[in-house]
Amino acid sequence: MGDHINLVEKSRIMDATAMKRAISRLSSEIVEKNHGAADLYLVGIRRRGVPLADRMAAEIEHLEGVRPLSGILDITLYRDDLSTVGASPIVNRTELDHDIEGKTIVLVDDVLYTGRTIRAALDQLMDFGRPKKVQLAVLIDRGREHRELPIQADFIGKLVPTKQTEIVKVMLREFDDVEAVGIFERPVE
Amino acid sequence: MEKPFRRRDLLGIRGLSAAEIKGILDTAENFCEISTREVKKVPALRGKTVINLFFEASTRTRTSFELAAKRLSADAVNISVSSSSVTKGETLLDTAMNLDAMAPDCIVVRHSSAGVPHQLAKVSKAAIVNAGDGANEHPTQALLDAMTIREHKKTIAGLSVAIVGDILHSRVARSNIHLLTKLGANVRVAGPRTLVPDDFQYLVDHDLQVCPHIEDAIVGADVVMILRIQRERQDAAYFPSLREYAIHYGLTNERLDLAKKDAIVLHPGPMNRGIEISSDVADSSRSLILDQVKYGVAVRMAVLYLATGGSTIS
Repeated sequence: MGDHINLVEKSRIMDATAMKRAISRLSSEIVEKNHGAADLYLVGIRRRGVPLADRMAAEIEHLEGVRPLSGILDITLYRDDLSTVGASPIVNRTELDHDIEGKTIVLVDDVLYTGRTIRAALDQLMDFGRPKKVQLAVLIDRGREHRELPIQADFIGKLVPTKQTEIVKVMLREFDDVEAVGIFERPVE
Repeated sequence: MEKPFRRRDLLGIRGLSAAEIKGILDTAENFCEISTREVKKVPALRGKTVINLFFEASTRTRTSFELAAKRLSADAVNISVSSSSVTKGETLLDTAMNLDAMAPDCIVVRHSSAGVPHQLAKVSKAAIVNAGDGANEHPTQALLDAMTIREHKKTIAGLSVAIVGDILHSRVARSNIHLLTKLGANVRVAGPRTLVPDDFQYLVDHDLQVCPHIEDAIVGADVVMILRIQRERQDAAYFPSLREYAIHYGLTNERLDLAKKDAIVLHPGPMNRGIEISSDVADSSRSLILDQVKYGVAVRMAVLYLATGGSTIS
């Protein structure tokens, strides 16, 4: 997302240690709220939700002794801006190998902003069956005032109130050079 | 930087780069999973209209395009020649312009004359996808063949592929020769001399071996692609009889044993059992004919998605 533009980092809001702690707390909260890991199914939203979901699954396995199911959603074909001019997203693979029927699904994404990605993910999920519950875990919540749909997270790593002109980037070692979260802005022309 | 496939029309393989072909195949692989779902439908092309304009008989290709459009939530309309105004004397371009006035987003066209999709692309505002034009090209067939090969052999570069049968009349052969040589396969063609002119070696810039005997083409091959004997062209006497063809050019287990042990067999359908392919071979585990049909839907979903606005790179 926007990787090709030269963005200026205004501030770093999380380093690798802080991210690790946040992921570990999120994992504990997920287990606590759901009274264990039975019927849990973590579903990462491509791209950066995927490694986050993996890390949470490992963390939950450490806590509970069983690894919850995990899967991957690619929401490209469910986007609401597909037909607008200029949109040309690449399609990647969705991997939900286990039946979602009766499961507690925890959608995992890096940043919650307008809520449109989550809407697309929910629509896609329902095409796969009828889960018992769907919850949302995000590393960063940019704040309710940005929401364009009535969608909120159940588990939040860090609430970061931001301006619309700012961009929050979660950098993960799977895709980036560093492991950190920063607030970026477009350089002033 | 890789060039994206973001062409409006898919008229043939000939004009595509290797990167564009790979981009379509990668996209198609990601569409496969949709057909395994309980609800085999995604909203990507909601509100788009796809017209299947078929001037030639087709069951498999038309159904495949129709399912692909529907699984992407597009509205698909099928027009076949017997029910169209063409039988009332309307010209091809008039038909096209009339359809265009109804604002479709994509027209999938099959015609017995080469170049018809190219003509339509000049007048139509819709994206044109070639579903077979005369003996020229059948790009989605070559793409689904390539996808089947990739699924089983991982890569296409370096493979030996034998294409056997009526090469002369085959648009499947032409599209495949273009695609496979662009992706670095070593292609050999074989069939009766009347149906495999020597000139074929000049079809592509790459090496293309024209073999006089089917055995020469099959020896050591990783992939054996059998073409349909087009019985409708039998009058022209390209070979003495179907029986003789079966004896000299039919793919039997015996001949297939000349290929690599793990060689795979492809056929674009419909098969003439006992003529170009024996039933033993057709029903064996080496034959991937039904895989080809399965991947056909995914390839066409990818092509429709890309033709109406999608891209293979961000």
